[in-house]
Amino acid sequence: MADTRSFSPTMRAVLFALISILVLIWLVPLVVAFITSFRTNEDILTNGFLALPETISLQSFADAWSRGNLDIYLPNSFIITIPSLFGTLALSSLAAYALARFKFKGRLAFYFLFVGGTMLPFQILLLPVFRLSDALGIYDTYSAVIAIHIAFQLGFCTFVLRNYMMTVPIQLMESAVLDGASELRIWWSIMIPLTVPAFAAVATLEFTWIFNDYLWALILIRSSGKMPVTTGLAILQGQYVQDWTVIISGALMATIPTLFVFVFLQRYFIAGLTLGSSK
Amino acid sequence: MNKAKLRTTLTPYLFLAVPVIIYMIWVIGPMFYSFYLSLTKWDGFSAPQFIGLANFRRLITDPVFYTSLWNNLEWIAVFMTIPIVMGLFIAMSLNRDIPGSKFFKACFFAPMVLSLVVSGLVWSWLYNPGSGLINTVLRQVGLGDLARGWLSEPEVVMEAVITVAVWRQVGYVMVLYLAGLQSIDRNLIDASHVDGANAVQRFFNVILPQLAPVTVVVIVISIIDSLRAFDLVSVMTRGGPFNSSSVLANYMYIQAFNNYRMGYGAAISVVLFMISAAFIVFYLTRIVREETNG
Repeated sequence: MADTRSFSPTMRAVLFALISILVLIWLVPLVVAFITSFRTNEDILTNGFLALPETISLQSFADAWSRGNLDIYLPNSFIITIPSLFGTLALSSLAAYALARFKFKGRLAFYFLFVGGTMLPFQILLLPVFRLSDALGIYDTYSAVIAIHIAFQLGFCTFVLRNYMMTVPIQLMESAVLDGASELRIWWSIMIPLTVPAFAAVATLEFTWIFNDYLWALILIRSSGKMPVTTGLAILQGQYVQDWTVIISGALMATIPTLFVFVFLQRYFIAGLTLGSSK
Repeated sequence: MNKAKLRTTLTPYLFLAVPVIIYMIWVIGPMFYSFYLSLTKWDGFSAPQFIGLANFRRLITDPVFYTSLWNNLEWIAVFMTIPIVMGLFIAMSLNRDIPGSKFFKACFFAPMVLSLVVSGLVWSWLYNPGSGLINTVLRQVGLGDLARGWLSEPEVVMEAVITVAVWRQVGYVMVLYLAGLQSIDRNLIDASHVDGANAVQRFFNVILPQLAPVTVVVIVISIIDSLRAFDLVSVMTRGGPFNSSSVLANYMYIQAFNNYRMGYGAAISVVLFMISAAFIVFYLTRIVREETNG
């Protein structure tokens, strides 16, 4: 534990001032984005960014939403994220159960396969997955992106869930075996309920990661009608090259779902990061 | 082997079957297939054609490859220093009774939930040469000479992009250190008080050594993230101007998907993999040690 309490009052005042300045700097981009989105481009160009806004306008939000097609991109993000999330959680809980519950040949090897895979640079997978999706006839469909998200995120989810499941007392499962319960039943009615905290943490983190993915959508989806909001914003940027108010309003709208995570699920998000970094 | 015995031996494999097969098809298999592709000439349409090590021979004479590699190294160097020092400093400061520490934590943490695309767009606007905030403020305070095209001048563009990555990374490091600080042994700290150690001695001799496991994780994550860097570069500069902000991940993408030199792109990805592999192996051996020690 850091013990700032042993610092002198002056020292603590200095520390407080330093941290406050840092926080202010950290907030600048967010504040600027917020202000920009309510102004008009003409106003910023003629009066400069620091001038008081002439008018407060929601026009750039409306432009980004309908003419910038965020009304298509944003729902697409959910269409991709939700099945990916459920798929990867379901499959990784099976794998994690096997790795935590049983002693068998190759147990550690499978574990390393999942852990090692989470750290791969994505580029080593791009071309083969692009080719595989093409061969399966799912290139340029939601399924292509969903499949790679489910598969790739298996590594991290299995890692975290397995370590959490290792802490569940083995007696609970042994006594269920004596009562004649099948392993599938033990997985579903004993292990899963006891692992809810880890699921909440992993799910929050994974929702944010998958929702924010840009690379896989860029590689696997070409039609703008199927793009999630990340690659959609890149299109918007090209469409409104010099109209920053529309681009920034679009960016802010794209952030609303993860903002929800930030406000309501921050605890789980942080728990996920910590679980994922400790053994 | 009797039937019941066989069933218990098979059970773990049955649980693993579906996830492992999917993982093999979409992650592990593709990794090996990239190795093969790196030895071919492939335009993405016709069949890949085996050409041995020609892609790698070309790579070692490609100046853009070296620029990209150098930029990745710069990214690693920055990530290993600024976010780690700042993250640790902030974690240490906010771990105790500073008024408003909860709000402060949330502020540093906020950039992490934004996508890199959104972060890149917002910062591109801050960097805008004409009406962006940074140049506007510089001109207002009489430092107009310092105003420049942050994303269009080769001398500063890489630093401008890495700054955005640092803005996001500090909160991450802070979160990991805050968790690490929770598990520090109180008794050792109390003992150091009794022994009359001052705050600086206490930090370097008592606190920092106990945070070593967290620091190792932070370093590995920093390196892996630096090597993965793609989104910010892709959104903010596409590697330009004149490839001055190119990183390996972006150069691979440009070669493979814009120039249709897919074999060459695969070769770049193999180099990227080789660099990462050193750290992946290091990390895995640590886990092996912990697993076998119970």
